[in-house]
Amino acid sequence: MEKLLEILEELKPDVDYKNIEDLVDGHYLDSLTILSLVAEIEDVFEVEIPTVDIVPANFNSVEALWNLITKLQKDE
Amino acid sequence: MSYLSNTYLFLILPVVIVVYSLFPKKCRWVCLLVASYLFFYMISGKLLACLLFTTLHCFVYGLLVKKYDDQCSEALLEENVDKKEVKKKYKHKKKVALIISIFIQVGLLFVYKYMPFFLGNVNTIAKWVGLDVELKIHKLIAPIGLSFYTLEALAYMVDVYQGKIEGEKKIHKLALFLAFFPQIMEGPIDRYDGESALFQGNPITYEGLCYGCQRILYGLLKKIVIADRLNSVVKCIFAVGATYTGFTVFFGAVCYTVMLYMEFSGTMDVIVGSAEIFGIKLPENFRQPFFSKNISEFWSRWHITLGAWLKDYIFYPVSLSKGMKGLTVKIRKKLGNQFGPLVAGSVALLCVWLLNGLWHGAGWNYIFFGIYHFALILFGNVLEPVVKKLADRLKIDRTKLPYRILQALKLFILVVIGELFFRAETLSEGFRLFSAIFENFTLKTIWDGSLMNLGLDIHDFTIIGITLVIVFVMSVLKEKGMAIRETVAKKPLPVRWVLYLALILFIVIFGAYGPGYKAIDPIYANY
Repeated sequence: MEKLLEILEELKPDVDYKNIEDLVDGHYLDSLTILSLVAEIEDVFEVEIPTVDIVPANFNSVEALWNLITKLQKDE
Repeated sequence: MSYLSNTYLFLILPVVIVVYSLFPKKCRWVCLLVASYLFFYMISGKLLACLLFTTLHCFVYGLLVKKYDDQCSEALLEENVDKKEVKKKYKHKKKVALIISIFIQVGLLFVYKYMPFFLGNVNTIAKWVGLDVELKIHKLIAPIGLSFYTLEALAYMVDVYQGKIEGEKKIHKLALFLAFFPQIMEGPIDRYDGESALFQGNPITYEGLCYGCQRILYGLLKKIVIADRLNSVVKCIFAVGATYTGFTVFFGAVCYTVMLYMEFSGTMDVIVGSAEIFGIKLPENFRQPFFSKNISEFWSRWHITLGAWLKDYIFYPVSLSKGMKGLTVKIRKKLGNQFGPLVAGSVALLCVWLLNGLWHGAGWNYIFFGIYHFALILFGNVLEPVVKKLADRLKIDRTKLPYRILQALKLFILVVIGELFFRAETLSEGFRLFSAIFENFTLKTIWDGSLMNLGLDIHDFTIIGITLVIVFVMSVLKEKGMAIRETVAKKPLPVRWVLYLALILFIVIFGAYGPGYKAIDPIYANY
């Protein structure tokens, strides 16, 4: 989880990732940031995020993102 | 026929409501499906066969993918099998089925909508290179809603392939999803989930009927009082051979932008309201687009379901393809977070906007419209850090009202320029109109009476102004999160009925119909 927070902080600082639960719906993460985020997560966590999983529900909070990563790691 | 015609509002919709409520709950889908096919047949006749073919195609494709999934699961249970190989084999089979299916559906769309444009360009190129060949161009009449239901069918196919939903086993569900009469002509472009209220046979309730009728009335207000009235000005200024210059042309483009918004969002109100009567909630297509901060946000609030479709099925698959992802990581390491995803994002964005332009029509002006918005969004992304730095240095608070007003004004002008090209008959006509704005441009045009020679008089402009203020106030309340209809519903009965009657009378008295006015043909139904 810490590593994920580091990636997010590096990509888009000044966002309260620990408390915000509408990162996509609240326009904190735009499409281009999501592109970088997906590429970075795949690189660091060695998972492949299918496009079907790129939905606001999976990117709206750090917790949701972490759940997605752990689910994908289990599926691998 | 449009959703705002008397035939739809006072005959088709009421008859279907009555028959629907007479049907037992379990069979109400039959009523909706028959009504939908009859509605389609009334407008497109035998072309109903195209819709039936797409429905059958989706159904067979869904079953085929399901069969492959079941075979894959069975094969994985066997001992001593290379699981990766088995998965790969069936994934390949599903991919082949998907590619063939997409090819068929896009092919149908191409034949009906883009063939004359394509052949016309082939003829032009042949002429340029000196070939003595001229292909015959036959313009086919497309079935209504082809562009809308094809996108829904493609989304269904991709979702089934990706495992997001299962292939539907009941063909009537797919049939009703693709044909539902209030949305077949102009969307919204919905996604299939098999659980929609479409199939549940919800009863018609007093609340649903009230909310639905309110929404329909609001749509009529936008369309009949504003859009139909502005039609005279727009037709006058955009007519081929017209010689207007200066502010008048800009005024024409502004009128067209307002007309398009009022026509399309008004029709959406009628569509969503009609579905609401049957207890069906359709996705929204508009969310106060002119309150956006930039053009990118504007397109997430205007024709929302088309934007979401293009984002999910074009933008992400292109930008997150293997090659693009690698490129993003590499460039990000060299150029940083701002520019890292820009290359992959730009390639995907170009595909999105080319398709967005083409989806609206087969013409170079539509392609230009797409590229224009691609360029605006791209520059917006590139310039954002510069603007932010500049604002910080000049100590400008970008959240304050004066800045927001200037931002909204800039956005409005950019949208108006795009719509000018969108409305122009051809691309060269669009450029002629755009350059005409800068000839003899003077703000005197506003008060010297020139604008009164465009088919509307001062009374018409006053009615348009008052109605726009009403729509603006409603939009501000919605933007602030106020549930307007729920607030009205809590008022005492006499207050509510005074409001409803006032709205009905306003539309009846100030609606632009009768001699001197010509209602607009449904704009989006032609896409």
